[in-house]
Amino acid sequence: MIQKKEEFPLKKVCLICAKGSIEDVYAALVMANGAVMEGIETKVFFTFFGLDAITKKQMTKLHTATVGNPAMRMPNGWAFPSLLGAIPGVEAGVSAMMRGQMEQLDIPTVPEFLEMITAGGGEIYACKLAVDMFKLKKEDLSAEVSDIITIGEFYGLCGGQGTQIIFT
Amino acid sequence: MTQKTYAGVALEVNDEGYMIDKNQWTKEIAKAIGLEESLELTAKHFEVIEFLRDRVAKGEGLTIRSIGKSGIVDIKGFYALFPGAPLKLATRIGGLPKPVSCV
Repeated sequence: MIQKKEEFPLKKVCLICAKGSIEDVYAALVMANGAVMEGIETKVFFTFFGLDAITKKQMTKLHTATVGNPAMRMPNGWAFPSLLGAIPGVEAGVSAMMRGQMEQLDIPTVPEFLEMITAGGGEIYACKLAVDMFKLKKEDLSAEVSDIITIGEFYGLCGGQGTQIIFT
Repeated sequence: MTQKTYAGVALEVNDEGYMIDKNQWTKEIAKAIGLEESLELTAKHFEVIEFLRDRVAKGEGLTIRSIGKSGIVDIKGFYALFPGAPLKLATRIGGLPKPVSCV
C-alpha cells in the first residue's frame, strides 16, 4: 500500500473563488485540480467576480490587473509604472502574455481546466446570489457546472471530518 | 529505503513504495504492485504505463493534461483505470519516480 505519512489525511476540499482575475481564478483551479489528482473529494464554489471563470463568454478572456497591482513587474524586473498600466491595451496585452506563458508550462486553459476537474470527480457550483446579481442564466455558464446553489447549500456539501474550506 | 519482493524479484523501494531503479521494471512486477493496490492490470493500463515510461525516458514532465492529450485514454478514463490518485498510482505501478506536477 502507498504509505500515508499523515495520521489524519485530508478527505475533502471545498474551495470558494470570489475574484475574477487570472491569478485568483487559476489559484482556485490549480488547488482544485491538485486535490482531485490526489484522490481528495473536491468541490468548488464560484461567486461574485469568480463567476467569470465559469461564464462561457468570459472564461477565455480573464485579465490580470496592470493598475493598482503592486506585485506587477516588467520583464526585466523593474516596477511596472501605473501610468503605463493605464494605457489602453496594456492590460489585455499583459494578460495575453501571461496566458501564453502558462500554455508553455502545460497549464490548461480555463475551460479545459474545468473539464479536468470534473473528469476526476470534482464538482463545480455557481453562487445563486451572484448569478442573480449579474443576471446570468444556466445557459451562460459552463457545462461543467453541476448546479447553481446558495452558500448554505454549499456548506451542506462540506460536512465531514477531514474537510477544509479554502477561500481565494 | 526498504527491500521488497515483487514477482520473485527483490527490489529497493523508497518510503512511499516507489521503485528506486526504474530499469528493473517488468510487466510482472507491475502486476504484482497492482495486486498490492487491489488493481488488476489490463492491456489499457499497460498502454498508459508505457506512455508514461516513454515520457520519463525522454526527460519530459508528467502531467495529467499530457495523458489526456495522448490519444490513449481521456482524463475520465485515466481516473477510471487508476482510481484515487491516478498519476501517483500509475507511476508507482510503472516503476517510475513519484511525479512532481501541479497539473
